Amino acid sequence: MKALRYAVLAILTALFISPLVFVVLTSFKTAREAVQTPPTWVPDPFTTQAYERILTAADTPVFRWFLNSMIAATANAALVVLTSALAAYALARLEFRGKKIVFALIVSTLFVPPVILVVPNYEIVGRLFWLDTLIAIIVPTAAGAFGVFFLRQFFMGLPLELEESAFLDGANRWQVFTKIVLPLSKPALATLALLSFLTNWNDFLWPVYVLFSPENQTLQAGLSTLQSANSVRYDLLMAGAVVASVPVLLLYLLAQRFVIEGVSRSGVKG
Amino acid sequence: MSATRRAGSLTAWLFLAPYLALFVTFVLVPIVFGLWISLHNWDFTLPGKPFVGLDNYTALLDSDSVSFDPFWNAMQATGIFTLFTVPLLIVVPLAVALVMNQKFRGRDIFRAIYFAPYVLGVAVVGVMWRFLLDRNIGAINSYLGAIGLPDDIAWLSSVPAAWVALIGVTVWWTLGFNSVIYLAGLQDIPRELYEAAKVDGASRWAAFWHITLPSLRPVTMFVTLITVIASANMFGQSFIMTNGAPAQETRTAIFYIAETGLQNFQMGEAAAASWILTLALMLLSVVVFGVFRLRGALEAS
Repeated sequence: MKALRYAVLAILTALFISPLVFVVLTSFKTAREAVQTPPTWVPDPFTTQAYERILTAADTPVFRWFLNSMIAATANAALVVLTSALAAYALARLEFRGKKIVFALIVSTLFVPPVILVVPNYEIVGRLFWLDTLIAIIVPTAAGAFGVFFLRQFFMGLPLELEESAFLDGANRWQVFTKIVLPLSKPALATLALLSFLTNWNDFLWPVYVLFSPENQTLQAGLSTLQSANSVRYDLLMAGAVVASVPVLLLYLLAQRFVIEGVSRSGVKG
Repeated sequence: MSATRRAGSLTAWLFLAPYLALFVTFVLVPIVFGLWISLHNWDFTLPGKPFVGLDNYTALLDSDSVSFDPFWNAMQATGIFTLFTVPLLIVVPLAVALVMNQKFRGRDIFRAIYFAPYVLGVAVVGVMWRFLLDRNIGAINSYLGAIGLPDDIAWLSSVPAAWVALIGVTVWWTLGFNSVIYLAGLQDIPRELYEAAKVDGASRWAAFWHITLPSLRPVTMFVTLITVIASANMFGQSFIMTNGAPAQETRTAIFYIAETGLQNFQMGEAAAASWILTLALMLLSVVVFGVFRLRGALEAS
């Protein structure tokens, strides 16, 4: 039983790791070696020319794309956490008329297929003059219901006594929210920020159609531009794929627990 | 009086305002606006957007119209993809989660490895697998040849091979995501249930069938629903890996909608197509929901 388990694990691990390793190694090969058959694993000679080329090419400014993606994903995560935390707190702790309707409306859109929003949002973003700008990547996707739902669940689980004793000490609602609730919620806020960053970084369809200028692309959208510009230069394409993956993989390595727990909690409590 | 009731409703609306502004502008309004667009001959680049009633819908549903074949080919592509992806992504991640739910050394490392591809974007996954699956220089064909199998399969430009590639890559990409959700569900099942079954002399298989599966039902339903929605919205894999080839056979419904609406700017027709796809999807979700309710009711009786 034990041997069987480790055999299964070993095969699965090979299936998951080896394509990634092969891609990283290919990005350090010469153009010729990258497409050699049978394929080689260890680059000979080892070269960084693919990276030098894609980072400096004028029609595919990968470094600029990297900055764009960083700015968009960071701003989006901040916007999601800020607006969701405020709304979630109202829905978890405050009483007001229409609360049930507002919450039902928000939750009911959790399962609305995103395709229904693509065409009208393109038109709306166009009327706001946001087409071909990073704002189009940052703002509309922050309207998703997941963050509000996720944080509301978390806030409802916090002990009410702490907030009540702060009120007795004369604190107002805003002070209770910023001085007590938010500090207690750091793990949940971090999880939401991470998931939002990852989702925005990896978003594909929307940036492909909303951004047109070469210098305004995000990395994911840029990869398809890179692919059309160099369809057989696999050394360049793999280098592009590596550049597009390093930040998210680093984040994942550093905060793996938060990411995985965020995803698993979304299922059980959802 | 409890703290929950102390604040007036003005405070509540102030807390809600920033999110609601986003929600109304980019979720609620678009849902209605999309319906409105679908009733017009709506070209983003032209000033006139004449009202055409249900013409966009009838064009998509009338087999004599020029839009009929491309749209339904794309719907069929999405259907094929969903039909194969969903069962695989329900069963395989459950098996992986069952293995991961046992106590053994290095468990968290394995879990992290299987989840890792999900962190990569669809563009990265697509570009890397297009390379690995290339007919002439790809590593996959080369290794298949090395073990005596055909080494010239056109993974990206012939069917059914392209479907195998698209479905396989998608399973590789999102298996870890579903596994992690199952794993959390498995860890919520009370240990006592298994201990009681053991005392009664139940086999491991019986315990799985009568305890694990029924306890997991809400989680399985959630996984099924999100996988159905994700599969029906497949775009990036076919955009990057096959670009719809061969002919337009792997061009999915979303691919068709994006091209029609955001590239050719026939937004009325694209909006109508997205409503038809959404209705189909809602119907499917209701069926999924019903099946799980029925199974629950059958087991309870």
